[in-house]
Parts: sequence; C-alpha cells; structure tokens
Amino acid sequence: MSATADRDAVSSVPGPGRRRRSVDVLVVGAGPAGLAAAERLAASGAGTVEVVDREEEAGGVPRHCFHTGFGVRDLHRPMSGPAYARHWRDLATGAGATLRTGVSVTGWAGHHGREDSPGGPGPLTVETTGPEGLESLSAGAVVLATGARERPRGARLVPGTRPAGVFTTGELQQAVHLHHQRIGVRAVVIGAEPVSYSAARTLRSAGVEIAAMVTEQPHHQSSWASGLGSRLRHRVPLLTGTTVTELLGRGRLTGVALRHDDGRTTTVGCDTVVFTGDWIPDHELARRGGIALDRGTRGPAVDTAFRTAAPGVFAVGNLLHAIEPAGTAAREGRLVAGPVLRYLTDGAWPGGQVPVEVDAPLRWVAPNRIDPRGPRPPLGRFTLRTARSADRLSFLVVSQDGRVLHRARLRRGAVPNRPLYASADWIDRADPGGGPVVISAG
Amino acid sequence: MTVTTSGTLPDEVYDVAVIGAGVVGTAIARELTRYRLRIALVEASDDVGDGTSKANTAILHTGFDAVPGSLESRLVREGQRRLAEYASRTGIPVEPLGALLVAWDEEQLAALPRLAEKAERNEYHATRIIGADELYSREPHLGPGALGALEVPGESIICPWTTTLAYATQAVRAGADLHLNCRVESVAGALGDETPHELTTGRGVLRTHALINAAGLYSDEIDRLLGRTDFTVTPRRGQLMVFDKFARDLVRHILLPVPTALGKGVLVAPTVYGNVMLGPTAEDLDDKAATGSTAEGLDFLREKGGRIMPELLDEEVTAVYAGLRAATEDDDYRIRSHPGRRYITVGGIRSTGLTASMAIAAHVVELLADSGRDLGAARELEPLRMPNIGEASPRPYERADLIAADPEYGRIVCHCERVSRGEIRDALASTVPPRSPEGLRRRTRARGGRCQGFYCGATVRALLAPEAPDTFSTSGTSGGGEPSLRPEVGP
Repeated sequence: MSATADRDAVSSVPGPGRRRRSVDVLVVGAGPAGLAAAERLAASGAGTVEVVDREEEAGGVPRHCFHTGFGVRDLHRPMSGPAYARHWRDLATGAGATLRTGVSVTGWAGHHGREDSPGGPGPLTVETTGPEGLESLSAGAVVLATGARERPRGARLVPGTRPAGVFTTGELQQAVHLHHQRIGVRAVVIGAEPVSYSAARTLRSAGVEIAAMVTEQPHHQSSWASGLGSRLRHRVPLLTGTTVTELLGRGRLTGVALRHDDGRTTTVGCDTVVFTGDWIPDHELARRGGIALDRGTRGPAVDTAFRTAAPGVFAVGNLLHAIEPAGTAAREGRLVAGPVLRYLTDGAWPGGQVPVEVDAPLRWVAPNRIDPRGPRPPLGRFTLRTARSADRLSFLVVSQDGRVLHRARLRRGAVPNRPLYASADWIDRADPGGGPVVISAG
Repeated sequence: MTVTTSGTLPDEVYDVAVIGAGVVGTAIARELTRYRLRIALVEASDDVGDGTSKANTAILHTGFDAVPGSLESRLVREGQRRLAEYASRTGIPVEPLGALLVAWDEEQLAALPRLAEKAERNEYHATRIIGADELYSREPHLGPGALGALEVPGESIICPWTTTLAYATQAVRAGADLHLNCRVESVAGALGDETPHELTTGRGVLRTHALINAAGLYSDEIDRLLGRTDFTVTPRRGQLMVFDKFARDLVRHILLPVPTALGKGVLVAPTVYGNVMLGPTAEDLDDKAATGSTAEGLDFLREKGGRIMPELLDEEVTAVYAGLRAATEDDDYRIRSHPGRRYITVGGIRSTGLTASMAIAAHVVELLADSGRDLGAARELEPLRMPNIGEASPRPYERADLIAADPEYGRIVCHCERVSRGEIRDALASTVPPRSPEGLRRRTRARGGRCQGFYCGATVRALLAPEAPDTFSTSGTSGGGEPSLRPEVGP
C-alpha cells in the first residue's frame, strides 16, 4: 500500500482524540461573504450557525486593506477594510452565529464529505484543527466562502533568481499594515488594475518609491481618477504592453527585466516587486471534497442559488469569481441564506442543470449552471471577465445548440480584470434538455 | 554545542576542519564527531545545505545506472543502505515509491535490457521490464505513446533538507563547531611537518591539523588554494518546476527518463511534501552562482512535462527553482587523499551526493585513518529525532496528542503547507536555527506552498525576526494613501 493510500485511509476514520460535534449550518471562511451568510442564516432561524476561519482575526482580505472605499455600495458609507470586516463580524455574532477563528478546515471525512452511516450517507462532515484540538464537525449544510488569492511569481512562471523583496499585494498589505515591517526603497508594481493601485498606495504609505507600474494590457484597468492621480500626482510611470521577463539579484532583488510589445527590452532597478491581481479562487477544500469546478472560474461550478454539484454544499463570494468587490461577496452571503434554509427544510437538490460557458476572449462566467425554470442570478445578471481589451468588444451573444437566446450591446466596451455583466433575461428561453449555453463576444 | 555566524574564530588548532556544510560536508563532520577529535565545519553561506544540496531532485537512488566498478557506484549503493536506515531511525521523510524508466520510442525501448543488465553489474537485481499495458495500469495519467518501462522498485524519494540538517545537528550536538558566513579565502602552511593549515576566512584565521575539502561547486578552487589542479568543476544547471499538491494524485512512481545518445530527459516525481516535481534541465555553465531559471528552460520543461503527463500542466505551479550540480571532466567522484599534506579532496560529487553522503563520509574517515592519523575508537552518537515535515506520516496539525500537550501545534500559520506556530518556534530554538525565511522554509515548509506568502508571508517574517515597528512604515491603524470614495476591489 502506498503512503498516499495510507493517508486516505486514516482520514476517513476519525482519528484518536478527534472530537465529534454537529451544527445545523457550517460556514467556512469569515470574510464578507461568509460573515454575511452567517448573519442572515442565524437571523432567519437556521438553528446553530457556525463560521470558522483559519486566520486569527475574522474579516478576510478587507482585514488588511487599510484604504477606504469599502461599504459605499452596500452600506452607503465609505469605510476602511478593517472597519468593514468588523461591521460584518459584529452583525454575524450579534445575530447569534458562533464565530471561531484560528481554526483550519483540513479536509472532509469520508467520501465527498459524507461519512457512511447505517441506512445511507450521513451528514456532511469536515475535519478541523485548532489550538483546542482536532474535531469532526458535521453540519446539515455547508457554505464555502474561502475567497481567492493572487497568483504569486512562481505560478506566473516569471524566470530569474529567487531573491528577497518579491511580494503579492496581500503579503505586502499585511507586512505594512499589520506587522509594520520594512519593505524596501524602490518598487515595481506588476499590474495596473484596481488592486495594483491599492498596492501602490500601500507602498507609498511605507515610504517606498514606485519606479513603475507594468501591465501587459494596452491601458491600465482602474478608474480614470486612480490612473491619472498615480501618473500625475505621484509621477508613477505606467508601462503598458509590457511583460516582466526576469527577476534579477542574489539575496535581495536588484531589478526586473522588461520587454515591450514592440520588442524593446529594459531593466528597471528596484529592490521590491509586487505581483498584483491575477486572482485564483482558493478552491482547495472544494476540490478535496470532489466538488466539480468550473473550467473558467476555477471555483466550484454553481447554479443561480449558489448550489454546487455536491448536495448540501453551497459556495459564495470570491471563491466563485476571482474577484469582485467585497460588497458583492457580502451580497451573495446574504442571498445564500434562502436556498440554504429551503434545503434544510426539503433536502431537495437539483440535477441535470445546463452549463453556461464562454468563448474566448471571454475568460469566465459566474454563476455557470442554470435551470431554465429556476431562479435568476443575483441582480438578474451574470458576471463575466474578458482576457483582452485590444479589440474593443461591442456585443455579447448568448446561444444554445446554435440557437441565439440573447444579444446585447456593450455600451462601455469590456476591460480585462474589470467586471462585465450580461443580463439573465434569457434563461427561461434555454432548453432544459439542451447542450451548454455559450456566451461569446465580438 | 557551538554554531557561530559572526565574529572572529576560536583561537585553537582543530584536529580536522571540513570546508562546506552541504549534505556531504555535514555527513563527514557527523561521522568525524564519533571520534575524539575537535572538528570545525566551515561554511560560506548563513545556513547548512544552502548550495547544491537544497536544489536537487530529492531522490534516494539505488545506483542501478552508475558506471559499474566506479567509486560512485560503490558509494551510492552503500550510501543508499546507510541513509535509508538512518532516515527511518531519525525521522527523515522517505517514501519508497519505486521508479519506472519510461520508454517513449523504439530506441529507448531497446535500451531497457541494457539498463537492466547494467543494474545487475551494479549489484542491483530487482529490475524488471514491463509492457505498455502494465505501465498504463500502474500510471494511468501517463501521456499517450509510452511503449514500456524498466521498473526499479528500490528507488525512493527523500527530504534533502532534513537530511543535511540532521547530519549538522548531530555533528554540532556531538561537539563540532559550525562556523557560518565563513568563506575560505586562502590556505597556508602544512607542508609536511606538524605545522597546522592556516585558513584565512572572511571571519579571520582558522587553524587545523587536517583539512577536508567538501566545497561542492567550489571544491576545485579550494584545491587550487592548496596547489592542486586535478580537476575543474563545471556547474551544470538543473531547472525544476514544482507543481501544486493537486497534481500528487496523478503520479504514483518516480518516472525517470531513459538515457540515450541524445542525452538525458527529464523526470516527473512526487516530493515527500506532497507535490510533483518536473525536471531538471542540464545546462553546462561557467557561472557558479547562476541559479536563476530561464524562459527557455521553463518552456523546455513544460514541453517535456506535457508529453510525459499532459494533465500535470493543468495544475498550478507552486515554485520554480534551479540548482547547480558539481560536474567535472571525469565520470566519477574525485575523492583523493594527500596524506603528506593531511588534506582530502571530496570533489565531483554530482547529483548522487545526497544518496551517497553517509558512505562518502565513512570512506573519507577511512582515508583519514589510512593517512596515519590515530582516530581512536568510534563511539555511538546520541540518537536524534527530526521534526517530520513529510506527508507520509502524521504532521503535528494532525496529532491530537501533540496539540493537547501544546496548543501551539494546533495554531496553523502557513495554511497551504499546514505549518503550526509550534513548529516554527521549535525550528527557531533548534541546534542549527534558521537565519532567513528560506532557512525556515527548509526546516518547516512555512511559506513554501501554493500562495507563496500571500496569506502567511508577513506573519512568518514577524515570527522569524520580531522587530520594532520600522520608521519606514506609517501608522497601521489609519493607513496611508489618499481617500477614495470608489468601492475597491480588494485587497
């Protein structure tokens, strides 16, 4: 028997010293999506609602986003990330949800999270580790809200040495705002989307000069104010159509080599580089449970009621679409409460849904499963991303088996790394027994 | 127990000094501490195992494909037995997966019987040629077109970091002095009589009666400091890609290439940390510090990997790194004793050095004794148990007993690799503690996972060097930067 098989065998039986406990609903991840879900579920009588987070503090990514702008759309007042995180934490615990931080969900018990029990599959059960020990935690329903992370340098296959001074925005923000660590003197920011400008602000607040912002795209992908402010007020050069080809330096970073679309190459001296954006859902727990992922989003495939392919397992927030603003994640958290309550009551889970896919240059769509007779997605729209903005996209076409279901003009074009929406008006026209619905752009 | 990182060196004459604290140098130092000798282990870097030893393919070889009759063949065979036994006693992660040399064309298929016969001449008798059907049933995710394979069931994967660290820890606990940040710049003295060698280092002079050169890539340069020009080290770069843990279920064995006239291919192998490794490239270079990866190298690996196991490329890459093997013009190890000068060169230890390390150490001690040095009786070293950082046995986060005794083992800091605060604390308080985030990673896996620090990087650095808030940073409560009324896409 291989070591791997050994490990699997061990994890399917509660190990020695593993406590068993049950709740009605388990929420994994205490970011805006998870906390909002816990709040609404606890407030609407779902029973015992527990939200666990592996970090010591609840709040998810906003915890270390010290800039303001959170809460504008959903709470109608601007606040910092930590304040926004506290808001949702207080609402969730105030509504009666149990919040446990510093607790990691390490996997599922049994097959696809359901332990065998006499007479059929048992409840959904996960395994946790925390300072208080190991647990097998069972729940009637599980809501996954595990968020997303930025792809680090290695995953982007950027060649060169492996010096110190290489960050993602997430690590940079925690280093500066939570740990007050020294960052460096001069930085290059890879990316020019909203998060890249957040990274630039964090660098400036840490006294780091910004040598350049670099994007492969022909334009920056943030608001015009952000882009203009950065270039004029802070004199940060924006290098468009530019790729980072090598990291230089031993011990400490000394520079980055760049190549422009027209073939020119240059080296920018810097001791710090921040790889921003290029988000990927943190789908580890979903995948460990054998839950089908969507090919485009790389998050769990979900229908318009946040139901994954595994009965009883829901998913919300940036795990589904890396990434949307925190307010969108929180809205999904609130909206999942209804479907979860219905499932706890009737135990029904849909089968045979129609996949929704995209054609290049579109990269993904969420949600990505529909039931033509079922509910529409939140706000009556699908969220999409495109890969490029070189050729201006002017329309979207939704079709199924060659039949056009819907056609829409894109008034403002489509920019990579920025939300793009498609109306869901067409879903009742789709054939429940037909092939995948495909959204394409031109 | 002495580990020094700065300041002048002790004013004493050591019995033996070993230059280079890689897997070979630490193994030699460990073996020497079994005798009543004053041992110094001198290393240019700030950590043990920080050169070739940290960036290899992490395989415990059988030596089936060594040059029969060579010193390397004998020492790999003997070293494999010694290290496998030592690893199980010491808690060094090892997984005996076995290897399959996969033939992708007729030429490679035709080479398999010759390789099996070569294995016999290397006293390895367990190889077996298997057909395509058996191959695909044992490796269902293998790419199309494989014709058969040579099975070498004795090949294992091992943790190279824990191995070097275990040797160094035992040597230091048994009384060896480990001097880090101590590059040897020149060597004088010891021309026949009892005058000690005088090593001038970046930290001053170190005197020793006998000298052992285990300087790896720099072993030829140390040799030249003693007036020898027997060989030249040509660094051979190997770039490697480490794939996400989700790739682990794709591959069950170490998948080795069949060497042909057109060169060696690349391997696909699981790691003891639960990842999958693809590589290495083989590029002969001049620069002994050229440990960078290149776009060409990564393209080459992706192309090879896509052939061997197409699904591998669907998974995320966790890390890319490059190591340099100490190749020489010779096809064998270059281990030479110069008794008149009380000097032993341990050069040309190539990719098999990890496997052979304990046998090399025993061989070197024999050479030292043969040179007339009375070593006295050997003693047993205090047994050592290393922290487990492998996936084949339970890690601290999975152990209710450990967490009940000390809740710090239940406080996970590095989520991707599931490293607890307790393990980081233990590493920082260990006999040979880390001095950098990279050193901490090699001891605990902290920050070595798929997020590469997105979640834990700042916390891990804070644990490593708890320092006062820096003047560079502004207040952490109000945050910096201009206000924006626009909803932000975090972070």
